[in-house]
Amino acid sequence: MKAVAILLVWAALWSANVRLARSRTGAWLAPALFGLTLLILWEGIVRLFDVPTVILPAPSQIAGAVADNLPILFADFVQTVLKGALTGWLIGCGAGVLAALLVARSEFLRRGLLPVGNFVAALPIVGTAPILVMWFGFGWESKAAVVVVMVFFPVLVNTVAGLADTGAMQRDLMRTYGAAAGQELRYLRIPSALPFIFNGLKIATTLALIGAIVAEFFGSPTQGMGFRISTEVGRLNLPMVWATIVVAALAGSLSYGAVALLERWLTFWHPSQRR
Amino acid sequence: MTDTPLSAPGASVGRSGRVALRRLGAGLWPVLVVVAALIALWYLACIPMNAQGSLLEAERAEIAVTPPTAAERRDMGGLALTAANPTVAAAGAFAQDRPRLPAPHQVVAELIDSTIGLRLTSKRSLVFHAGITLGPTLLGFAIGSLAGILLAVGIVHSRVMDLSVMPWAIASQTIPILAIAPMIIVVLNSVGIQGLLPKAIISAYLSFFPVTVGMVKGLRAPAASDLDLMRTWNASTFRTLVSLRLPTSLPYLFASLKIAVAAALVGAIIGELPTGAVRGLGARLLAGSYYGQTIQIWSALFAAAIVAAALVALITGIERLTLRRMGLAR
Repeated sequence: MKAVAILLVWAALWSANVRLARSRTGAWLAPALFGLTLLILWEGIVRLFDVPTVILPAPSQIAGAVADNLPILFADFVQTVLKGALTGWLIGCGAGVLAALLVARSEFLRRGLLPVGNFVAALPIVGTAPILVMWFGFGWESKAAVVVVMVFFPVLVNTVAGLADTGAMQRDLMRTYGAAAGQELRYLRIPSALPFIFNGLKIATTLALIGAIVAEFFGSPTQGMGFRISTEVGRLNLPMVWATIVVAALAGSLSYGAVALLERWLTFWHPSQRR
Repeated sequence: MTDTPLSAPGASVGRSGRVALRRLGAGLWPVLVVVAALIALWYLACIPMNAQGSLLEAERAEIAVTPPTAAERRDMGGLALTAANPTVAAAGAFAQDRPRLPAPHQVVAELIDSTIGLRLTSKRSLVFHAGITLGPTLLGFAIGSLAGILLAVGIVHSRVMDLSVMPWAIASQTIPILAIAPMIIVVLNSVGIQGLLPKAIISAYLSFFPVTVGMVKGLRAPAASDLDLMRTWNASTFRTLVSLRLPTSLPYLFASLKIAVAAALVGAIIGELPTGAVRGLGARLLAGSYYGQTIQIWSALFAAAIVAAALVALITGIERLTLRRMGLAR
């Protein structure tokens, strides 16, 4: 009986979604309705089947936990996202792009570093977290260091690949104009590398949050999202854990969105940005 | 890379004399030089990183060091200590028991000790721990890739799914899933599900996304004329999928499988952390960090790297074989 009710709700919402998708506003409304459907089903399943809070809290409980613990959640956010992840992201991406500018000047270095960089980018870099926590202490500095190590190689590899992505015709044109190396970099190589750089930056944004949170599992002060998750799981206070996850998901999506917006603003001419 | 071939128009401008030299430098040689440079840099970094320890040992062996007591040295940086006692710091940097940064040969020695030097069933054997980690990695990878392929098939064939599922699939990746790995493990544990499956779920979650994105691209890769041809033959949607879309998507599939398998390994390693660090590569990392066994951490890290490289190489091999048999290899 309960299962039938859930299925009916799902069928009704899905058919509404199918109708929406055909209309012109579907591109915006369909994903929103899909998300809403998931939330309603989640809430319904938890309530109808009396799922214990320990296993899966209902969305309403999670929302309650978020509202009740705003100061704690904000302090965790500052500690992990602003101090750890953002600092590390800025340093790591800056270093990655600068190193790529140096590497791209030499064909030899490019051929040597790209395979190595690709290899390192595929490694479980999170594993360096315990080492870096040992070196830099329990504070946010060690988290930033983990993030730097994690984001450096994806950004380096993408930027190097991007800086090499100029056609022979374009380079010849710059030469006929008598462009200096700096001018060629400014007007040809960097603009054509931007789509690649942004690809690397997008990967780096998601990696940065993961790195900052996971590094806290290996030692942290008594605040921070990773600390909160591991301690509240220990106390089986699941709504609080999910509240932290909501904050992490929001922070992740918003920073990804910010990078995507910046990309659209700077590389509006690229085919993938045309609509 | 997008290096222009020498036959491209205008490609030989300004580089005719260097062509022969470039041929020599192609291939393995630059990689070897870079790796050698990195190892040299590593050895160099060991000296200041381990300066505290080497000076302490030197003091115990009654060799004169510049700030004579440990208390005075505590607040000094590694570089300053090295500058004050270059010979002592360099002499003691590469053979400490618990160095802050172990030298490469120490890590390699530990790797060999704990793989070849021990019985495979030994609790200290890295092969044993790697095997423990490999199980959930492969199971999760299989679940994740299968789910990713199915989701991609759905997305390509249904406009509703494309519109409503794709944005959420992207959003799901901005959630730092690794951060909730401990919760998944603990929660599933409380319902009585233990062992392989919880870790495999984390691996699967991490590996499904690259496969979905790659396969959506790949399943849409057939040219419009090919699709039209299928339509003239009155092929069903299923027939088109099996005979045209899936074969065309294979190069995309393999590219994303390589990313997915590396992600699955990371997922399995993180999944081991909250289980109390008993067995597996992640457990070795955590145990090493609890007891300050730096060499153990580094060797576990390198073991993980070797496993990741082997998995990616395995998929590359399968890719070569398949694409060659299909006549797609370049």
